[in-house]
Amino acid sequence: MNTPPKAIADTSTFLDDRLGAGRFLKRNLRKVFPDHWSFLLGEIALYSFIILLLTGTFLTLWFKPSMGEVTYSGSYQPLVGVRMSEAYASALNISFDVRGGLLIRQIHHWAALLFVAGMTVHMLRVFFTGAYRKPRELNWLIGVGLLTLALLEGLTGYSLPDDLLSGAGLRITEGVMMAIPIVGTYITFFLFGGEYPGHDVISRFFTIHILLIPGILLALISAHMILMWVQKHTQMPGTGRAETNVVGAPFYPAFMAKAGAFFLFTFAVIALLGTFAQINPIWLFGPYTPADISAGSQPDFYMGFLEGALRLMPSWEINFWGHTVALSVLIPALVPMGIIMTGLALYPFAEQWITGDRREHHIADRPRNNPHRTAIGISGIAFYGILWLLGANDEISANFKVSLYSTTIFGRFAIFIGPAIAYLIAYRICIGLQRKDAEVLSHGVESGVIKRMPNGEYIEVHTPAAQDIADHMRGKELIPVIESGVDGEGIPPKSARTALGRLRAKMSEAYGTDRVPFDGDGHAHDAGHHEEEHAAVGSGGDHKQLH
Amino acid sequence: MTDNHIDQPESRVPARVIGTPSSNGPILSGDNRREAGAAFLADEDVHEVKGVPGVVYQDPASARRAERLVALLFTITFLAGAAFIAAYVAFQVGTIDKTAVSNYALGGTLSVALLSLASGITLWVRRIMPKYYLVQERHPMASDSATREYVKETFLEGANESGFVKHKLLRRTLLLAAAPLGLAPLVLLKDLGPLPGTSLRHTVWGAPTKDGKPRRLVVEGTGQPIRAADFNSPGGILSVVPEGYEEDLNALAKATLILLKFRPEEIKSGTNLNWTHDGIVAYSKICTHVGCPAALYEQTTHHILCPCHQSTFDAADGAKVIFGPAARPLPQLPIGIDGEGYLVAKSDFNVPVGPSFWERGDAEAEAREKKA
Amino acid sequence: MIGTGISVNSITARRRHPLARFAVVALALGLLGGGYAVAAPNGSSADAAIASGKADDVAQGKSLFVAHCASCHGLNAEGSGKAPTLVGVGAAAVDFQVSSGRMPAADAGPQAPRKPLADWVTPQAIKDLAAYVQSLGGGPTVPSAEQVDPAKGDPAKGGELFRANCIQCHNFVGAGGALTYGKYAPPLNPATPTQIYEAMITGPQAMPVFNDSTITPEQKRDMIAYITHVRSQVDPGGSGLGRIGPVTEGLVAWIAGISLLILAAIWITAKKRRAKA
Repeated sequence: MNTPPKAIADTSTFLDDRLGAGRFLKRNLRKVFPDHWSFLLGEIALYSFIILLLTGTFLTLWFKPSMGEVTYSGSYQPLVGVRMSEAYASALNISFDVRGGLLIRQIHHWAALLFVAGMTVHMLRVFFTGAYRKPRELNWLIGVGLLTLALLEGLTGYSLPDDLLSGAGLRITEGVMMAIPIVGTYITFFLFGGEYPGHDVISRFFTIHILLIPGILLALISAHMILMWVQKHTQMPGTGRAETNVVGAPFYPAFMAKAGAFFLFTFAVIALLGTFAQINPIWLFGPYTPADISAGSQPDFYMGFLEGALRLMPSWEINFWGHTVALSVLIPALVPMGIIMTGLALYPFAEQWITGDRREHHIADRPRNNPHRTAIGISGIAFYGILWLLGANDEISANFKVSLYSTTIFGRFAIFIGPAIAYLIAYRICIGLQRKDAEVLSHGVESGVIKRMPNGEYIEVHTPAAQDIADHMRGKELIPVIESGVDGEGIPPKSARTALGRLRAKMSEAYGTDRVPFDGDGHAHDAGHHEEEHAAVGSGGDHKQLH
Repeated sequence: MTDNHIDQPESRVPARVIGTPSSNGPILSGDNRREAGAAFLADEDVHEVKGVPGVVYQDPASARRAERLVALLFTITFLAGAAFIAAYVAFQVGTIDKTAVSNYALGGTLSVALLSLASGITLWVRRIMPKYYLVQERHPMASDSATREYVKETFLEGANESGFVKHKLLRRTLLLAAAPLGLAPLVLLKDLGPLPGTSLRHTVWGAPTKDGKPRRLVVEGTGQPIRAADFNSPGGILSVVPEGYEEDLNALAKATLILLKFRPEEIKSGTNLNWTHDGIVAYSKICTHVGCPAALYEQTTHHILCPCHQSTFDAADGAKVIFGPAARPLPQLPIGIDGEGYLVAKSDFNVPVGPSFWERGDAEAEAREKKA
Repeated sequence: MIGTGISVNSITARRRHPLARFAVVALALGLLGGGYAVAAPNGSSADAAIASGKADDVAQGKSLFVAHCASCHGLNAEGSGKAPTLVGVGAAAVDFQVSSGRMPAADAGPQAPRKPLADWVTPQAIKDLAAYVQSLGGGPTVPSAEQVDPAKGDPAKGGELFRANCIQCHNFVGAGGALTYGKYAPPLNPATPTQIYEAMITGPQAMPVFNDSTITPEQKRDMIAYITHVRSQVDPGGSGLGRIGPVTEGLVAWIAGISLLILAAIWITAKKRRAKA
């Protein structure tokens, strides 16, 4: 079979004659993709998005984004005769009177949760491996934008069925918007078309949810993929892998098949959840009215950290000259989100400033090899996690018989102490793991072979680590430290003379200093050698541009 | 870094040729597979390096065994897919039990189909396709300095040619022309909603009724007016809405009340006794934090708890805040009875209900001043 | 080489297989999930209809009272520092508290929980006790079987009242919720229709009172119809996940969804390590 089948050959010729697609394919069919399970995490989000588009389109065929009042007369008996909005009635109709409607609704909702969860784990992987470093900062920023948009997309979608639970979320959204100084009431009246809840918000959210945000998401996701494609994926350190190459399987056929299989796995897991785990049972909540609420009213998980922040806050409010600033709303609504999103967006640039590292990086760091970064990341996870946990404190209190206020008071302390403890623990673990690597490289691994020595002593024979494992460990790259020391005449470099410069130099030293250096044989060795290595790093590449 | 030659516009095909067999190279098949493997390794960009094995073919016998397994999985997908269609036809919806059956049938078959297809393809990749350890060169993202220089010069040259730099008037009027057009979409958004005005300061409790009598309190969900003498069990609570607005969500979002019955000795100084009737007190149900209905009432402690963010109010003491993020008490509605003994609102709330907003100010202090 | 070489190669190799640690994690998660499924509250309810009647053996009730209740409530039910007076609480309160096992209370927690009945607590004993307490100062009486018959109620109407008055504490399907200082609104699943009715008219513990003149007996029966209908209804979309809303959904998305997908990713990308010689 030395010629492709006629059908394929003819089609290819037809297309190439018109598009010149051959040139693109020539370059890209055998594009190499590195293999690591963590590189597929972002695909969870990508495929969830595709599933969201497909199932979402299905749902729009029956959903009526209207707040007009109707009296329900569908299949769900306990609500027959109840007045409700058309939106809620049509969502019930999809659930009980359209075959497969409930399944698709549930798949849509589960896919939404996995979309955000997938983005989160993908982002954590990128963060902990330093894959946001030059040249990928722009893609990182696109990612932060995608995450923010996904939260908005989730919020608008959650509100559409107009059930009692989603209405509670909408009410909180309104309360938070009202608290915005100066323009809050205006924004609220514009969004809701007057006083809350008005008659417009569902149809407006519908447009935002199915057209505006998905459109932007689609564009940004495309940009995200194109940049990834052009810049080529990062790879883990290992045998034969260098900053100047990428080792792995070609796009066609291997990576294509793997990606296809993973899409199907994602779809399968979401379908399994949609079949066997009930999500958002709107028929149990009842129609929305601003007069009622259920115990345990919660947002979807990705909004949980904001909910937790609102619950933690003491009752601070400022009144002056006839105006009100509701700190007990504004601080929790803006500060945690601000810290997390701004922190994420700025991190690559802050790190560059601290390390003075302007080089391109294509080898992923193992998290242990940049202990401060990893500790900062874990600290951020602790911050987010505590807020998230506190967002469910009523359920924790009810189901584990803990006093409600105790959980809140615990949270008020934990939000400050938790991240600090997490930082210290993560840092120590990283250093410990580095030591273990150094030990493996110098002494080898336990072979499982027990030997009795002539004197009767038993020892376990150590053998050198396998080549690929050793290469993986030796892939540790030193973090550059900006030059701050005094020169021969006792004068510090210009950049380190100001207070900011001195701070930067100090941070750089703390951030970059290698606590567990390996030498060629993997022996941990003294600081003298270590200085030399720094000198080597400092003298290479663009490093000297800094001074 | 030297791939792009600006002086050769034809070179839009980058010199970087990745992983393709040379044009006269063999197509993968049968006996010449090894050779084909070598062909893409021979490419200038994708090659074998020391210690990396390149393309490793699977053992044919093992691949044949895997093929049977994969075929089985694909067959399962076929059967499950067919079962999905059959389930769609066979299981109707229309009651909750039927919906449950349909959901399990459709979702179960779909999940099995997807899962076995995914597993089949994974096995295909892992057990039949070769193992690849191809190496592709990376090139710095930056263009070389000649290119940068060329682009810079072309850009400046073009800017000069266009006259944009030289013709000041052209530049300024163009900017001027753009300004109102840029603003137009924002202006168009103005009709999204009315301006707030003072609407947040009033509720329908203050609106006049048709017959000019005070507005009655009615039970949420039934619409019955409440005779004070009937609401006589201490520790009682009712969710109450204004008569005539039972279905008006905009009105309810501000005017819903909780009505509480106390023993007279339980009421503390924070509660305005003039606004109560025989131990019956009415508070706004809308939480002063972000507006959830705050209605978890403990008759033993007189705590009103908001389920959203756990602001807690002491109902016996003017609903003052005793825990949580709310900064202000729930406003109390002045109530009394009409000639027939039904509970009515004597006036509107004297402060805005619900969450704080910028224009609200310290309405409580203002109300106190007005009274004094 | 001198010495005895004991090879534990095969075990070690398996233990060191790249998939091994993930398999351990998967196993742990599976056990956790299975454990939850077993421990999770299930929807079925004991529908022990407690016959209410006029059996008024007040004397018998009094002796039961002295034996089991008087230590806290006082010899004549006048109350003490530990417990309130029972004069005027009525037979309904006694029936609710004793038939649900809340009374006699075990210890002084923030709230007396529902618990299994003591041996002496028989329907007749409850009836006697209730008759005695009723004789002290009246109060709400035990509803008749017809008054609480869910079949006679209108669940749709009851649902509206349920949402207006009950779900803020008891949750949208009566799964319960948290209150202040360790108190909680209990789940309604184990409550019989009679107990639900009695709770509304007597306001046990922290619960407020919904008397018959503001929420009529028919309306109460509608609510009972809704509660019992919904709690016995299947979850058409699979497991109800405790029916407590998005908290468990989020947990499932992470613990089941993300974990399964990570396992799939590992399977797709795992390299087979060739056996070392």
